[in-house]
Amino acid sequence: MNPSAMNMTDGWTLGVILGLALVTLVTRCFFFLSSQPWQLPHWAQRGLQYAPIAALSAVVLPEVVMTQGQLITTWLDARVFATVAGAAYFFARKGQGQAVLGTIVTGMAVYLPLHIGLGW
Amino acid sequence: MARWLAWWRHPEFQLGLREMAAVSPGLAAWGLMTGVAMVKSGMSPLEAVAMSLMVFAGSSQLAAIPLIAAGAPVWVIWATAFCVNLRFVVFSAHMRPYLMHLPLRWRLFNGYLTADLSYVMFTKRFHHPATDAVGQRNQLAYLGGGSFFNWSSWQIASMLGIGLAHSIPTNWGLGFAGILALLGVGCSLASTHFAGSRPGLLRWQRSRHLRCPSSSISSWPLRRQSPCA
Repeated sequence: MNPSAMNMTDGWTLGVILGLALVTLVTRCFFFLSSQPWQLPHWAQRGLQYAPIAALSAVVLPEVVMTQGQLITTWLDARVFATVAGAAYFFARKGQGQAVLGTIVTGMAVYLPLHIGLGW
Repeated sequence: MARWLAWWRHPEFQLGLREMAAVSPGLAAWGLMTGVAMVKSGMSPLEAVAMSLMVFAGSSQLAAIPLIAAGAPVWVIWATAFCVNLRFVVFSAHMRPYLMHLPLRWRLFNGYLTADLSYVMFTKRFHHPATDAVGQRNQLAYLGGGSFFNWSSWQIASMLGIGLAHSIPTNWGLGFAGILALLGVGCSLASTHFAGSRPGLLRWQRSRHLRCPSSSISSWPLRRQSPCA
């Protein structure tokens, strides 16, 4: 897309989007596209129970401790404090009730003043 | 219609809705900022709406947006999205035994709608695939409730972001609420049976031991090497 075509619809972009939708469909359904009987080996099945937490860590960690693909070099980063505050709230509540909601609210209550106010 | 209504009224569907609602502020903030990012990169509102409705994958959208804006080769954009989505391939291996009782079109329907949080919450609630029709219906209802709430809140927030793109400041970092939502769900995973602490792990193994005589053991090969096998 060239700058003169800013915010104009073009067929190329729509085609790319259609392809991206297919990528979503294929990756999310990858292992149940085929109806053939098929079993994962034991070790892989055992490993899968750690997949949710591994995936979450892999998404969350870089978003907290990296900037532009570089590890942050300062502790004066709003994201670090917000993450610690959010997790602290969660474990203080022992995960009961609306602990996840509280994690988001507490984290943002720490994040926004530090980020907008102090520029961390 | 009646069939959809029956799903909607299913207690597990309602539970899935409620549990997903707990993380909705994070989801909404994330969807909102993805909407804003699409328009600010130079996409037309129509393209942004199409991307949100069809691609429905925040992380791969965010990865693709700058590449589209730069006019990168199509295969580079698709390959990047595939790599960002690789975790879904792993999720699909995990979800396979839960969904294989369905015909292909419903597997595709459920799989397409199962994003990170729906998957994590589903596998947290159901450690074994159901072996009977009632159990399978319960599991599907819970998955559907979570996915439905996840999809709707994401799309509504994303549309708001597209519409208000020029009045929402990106430098506030509102999207960080999405990361905090994942953090909260991660904490709840860590504090249940994936406990890093020994006592948690032992408690989990003991409860599995007690469950061993039940028929569910033979239903999931994963458990065959459990301490009592």
